[in-house]
Amino acid sequence: MLILECPYCGVKAEETELHGGGEAHLKRFGPGSSDDEFHDYLFMKENPRGVHLERWRHVNGCGKWFHAARCTQTLEVFATYSAQTTEPPQEVKDKISAKRPGWTWREFEG
Amino acid sequence: MSNAVSALGGASFAGLAKVEETGLGGMITLRGDLASAKVQAAVKAATGAAVPDTRRIVFGDAGAAAWMSPDELLLLVEYERVDAVVAKLGEDLAGEHHMAVNVSDARACFAVSGEAAREVIAKVAPVDLDDGQFEAGTFRRTRFAQIAGAFWLDDAGTFHIVCFRSVAGYMYNLLCAAAHPQSKVGVYA
Repeated sequence: MLILECPYCGVKAEETELHGGGEAHLKRFGPGSSDDEFHDYLFMKENPRGVHLERWRHVNGCGKWFHAARCTQTLEVFATYSAQTTEPPQEVKDKISAKRPGWTWREFEG
Repeated sequence: MSNAVSALGGASFAGLAKVEETGLGGMITLRGDLASAKVQAAVKAATGAAVPDTRRIVFGDAGAAAWMSPDELLLLVEYERVDAVVAKLGEDLAGEHHMAVNVSDARACFAVSGEAAREVIAKVAPVDLDDGQFEAGTFRRTRFAQIAGAFWLDDAGTFHIVCFRSVAGYMYNLLCAAAHPQSKVGVYA
């Protein structure tokens, strides 16, 4: 059972209270972008074995979106953090680095 | 003026715990900056209660204020007073970015009381209902089996639940099944 702590209401919510929102920190390509950029934005999602950054929504709760950093292999959760950011905060990166030294995820690394 | 009635006409069931539909409750959704002095004063004027801390409900002399999310409160007042309170909130919060909406008729209210009330709710909601964890004044939005709902515990040990009116029948049947006299688990006894 995946348990994430919602950074907005502080509830340690289990999976059934939450809704997954896919990959975090997507850079959107819309009008004016090339076909390749738009294709990559739409279809080329990260699907790592290991450290992953995701969006989640506390749907049966306070209703807010937030980010989670977790390991897809062990279901270990490193941290959850605010949705109002375009990259993981340094403290989240540090928490991941403490458990998974040398991790990388898209352009981010420990 | 039409005769307003609640979803289930005050249905009640006595099993492990007493489950009852508590009739029409006045509810206002208030969104805005909860840290703002103007909002805090308006909530005080509407309900007599202060703005609650995260996941709490505060009672005042004219109602209660419950924490729904970082920018949203649920104000509980008498059903007959709702329209007047919404109008007053609009005056008090003029110029302040906010939204106050009467949602009374979109909701159904239930009470679960009695010795096994904790157990009845714990069977259907993924919430830690241990005595030290869920106390009087705690407010929690969650799900009850397949539907969204919110509930709190009052000083008398009664749980109060609010959910959407459209699923009132589901909520009532669910609580009655969880309170079936032969379904005791005894986990919080």
